[in-house]
Amino acid sequence: MGKKILMKGCEAIGEAAIRAGCKHYFAYPITPQTEVAEYLARRMPEVGGVFLQAESEVAASNMLFGAAGAGVRVFTSSSSPGISLMSEAISYIAAAELPVVFINIVRSGPGLGGILPAQSDYFQATKGGGHGDYRLLVLAPSSVQEAVDLVMTAFTLADRYRNPIMIIGDGMIGQMMEPVEFHDELASEPPEKSGWATVGCKGRDPVIVKTLYLDPVACHKHNVKLKEKADRMVANEVRGERYNCEGDYRLLLVSYGTMARVCKTAIDELKEQGIEVGMYRPISLFPFPILPIRQEANRPHVQAVLSVELSMGQMVEDVERAVLGARPVHFYGMAGGLVPTPDDVTRAIRELL
Amino acid sequence: MFTVFTRPEAMKDNHTHYCPGCTHGIIHRLVAEAIDELGLRERTVGIAPVGCSVLAYNYFNCDFQEAAHGRAPAFATGIKRVRPDLVVFTYQGDGDLASIGTNEILHSANRGEKFTTIFVNNAVYGMTGGQMAPTTMPNQVTTTTPTGRNVKEVGYPIRVSEMLATLRTPAYVARVAVHRPHYVVQAKKAILKAFRYQVANRCFSFVEVLSTCPTNWGKSPKEACDWLEQNMIPYYPLGEHKLPDRDEP
Repeated sequence: MGKKILMKGCEAIGEAAIRAGCKHYFAYPITPQTEVAEYLARRMPEVGGVFLQAESEVAASNMLFGAAGAGVRVFTSSSSPGISLMSEAISYIAAAELPVVFINIVRSGPGLGGILPAQSDYFQATKGGGHGDYRLLVLAPSSVQEAVDLVMTAFTLADRYRNPIMIIGDGMIGQMMEPVEFHDELASEPPEKSGWATVGCKGRDPVIVKTLYLDPVACHKHNVKLKEKADRMVANEVRGERYNCEGDYRLLLVSYGTMARVCKTAIDELKEQGIEVGMYRPISLFPFPILPIRQEANRPHVQAVLSVELSMGQMVEDVERAVLGARPVHFYGMAGGLVPTPDDVTRAIRELL
Repeated sequence: MFTVFTRPEAMKDNHTHYCPGCTHGIIHRLVAEAIDELGLRERTVGIAPVGCSVLAYNYFNCDFQEAAHGRAPAFATGIKRVRPDLVVFTYQGDGDLASIGTNEILHSANRGEKFTTIFVNNAVYGMTGGQMAPTTMPNQVTTTTPTGRNVKEVGYPIRVSEMLATLRTPAYVARVAVHRPHYVVQAKKAILKAFRYQVANRCFSFVEVLSTCPTNWGKSPKEACDWLEQNMIPYYPLGEHKLPDRDEP
């Protein structure tokens, strides 16, 4: 590890991508993450990379598509309405089985919404966004350091699964300055891609990157292959953190990203008052940590489960899927860019205990 | 015995799915010949559109990517920016390029991206069965203009070459046709020139090819060629509309 430096989340994300060996970035400005583009406009030329400001998110995401098809590490960053525009390409990129990393610094929606922290794109990220049977691997950091670490991991995962990966944060992660350390070495060298990437057909048959399968049997087989890939992610890529889950806590919180940080403070305050609350923080939103949450919810001392989100209740549906009726599942959240204080969370918890 | 005429190496030995009388086959061949003559096949990447030529990769014998509808210029930008050593061309129809993809082609041309676009204009949506395109002629009957294109309601056909030629950024923009042999010879010259500009890393290069669609025009192949000559060429004048050496001040 290198030395600790103070960095804004967006700039740290840009630097992390470069440290992960990604030298190609195509994007369109949108608040609250434009600093990624501004940082890389300076930084990419320094490392001999490519920075290009596209004419739209539609164009940016299709530039990524072409570049990924040509076998290089490539990424973009955007925010909710921009991700909606990129969702066409995300579906195609998943269908074409190309490794691309997308950063979504979520703003509150729907529509233009607002620019303050929100988690209202959970459904879009984990359940679709684009059309067709595909899955994104979705990772949610709760600090700038974790954002750096997950960005570096994301490129490895994108190459491993040949699938688009989404890092989902919010304005708090993107705009906050925190101390970060960068790994000195690549998480993984990009694998050899000339067998499937369009790098010129010298010495081999032509490669075709495509998503059209007019024959229904071939199209079905392609979908089965994508499903098997998603199943491999479910089996191998569940990530999460337990907080205060050692003792006989009575209530299990499930919360991620910025919201989980607030929940930790609430849990600490309640602990001082003798009330034990545990939390499971999903880091991978897809694959959702079904089994760890089920395991915690089924511990005999747990009376109920509370999903705490910066939304009107999206992840709670996955929490219910994990708990399977074994305990009551409740929801507490705010949307629109309001972030509950630890006191707000504490009050919501006390109502259940 | 010696060979006087053969399939270009840059084409695969496949039958095309194109309708009788369609000029896609001729245009494919001209592009393939240009690629061969410049010795580019092993470092060329083609981008197929959505439309009749979506399966172009079944006929071209080089690496290919199949784009989302209208986005081929964004693909080409991405590829060319990260691998400038490759030769990249998009092959797009008029629905793809002049309707859903106008933003991508306009901005790629304006950035001066160093790729080549072959724009096949047959004044109709072919693959979906003959709907109005932005390039459909005034009063032309299509399935979505059953009484003919009414320019008072939907405007006049877009002249894409002229539009791109207004951009300040240097570019090669030409319009050609392939419905008679002597036009084919001229078209080949323009396509060769377009690829040469790319290889020299000089500018964005764009060749619009007026094409026939006998099936959706409801005409025989010969009638279609005549219709193109009588109706399209007067509205879509042939020639070089922009040369990089003839920059605006």
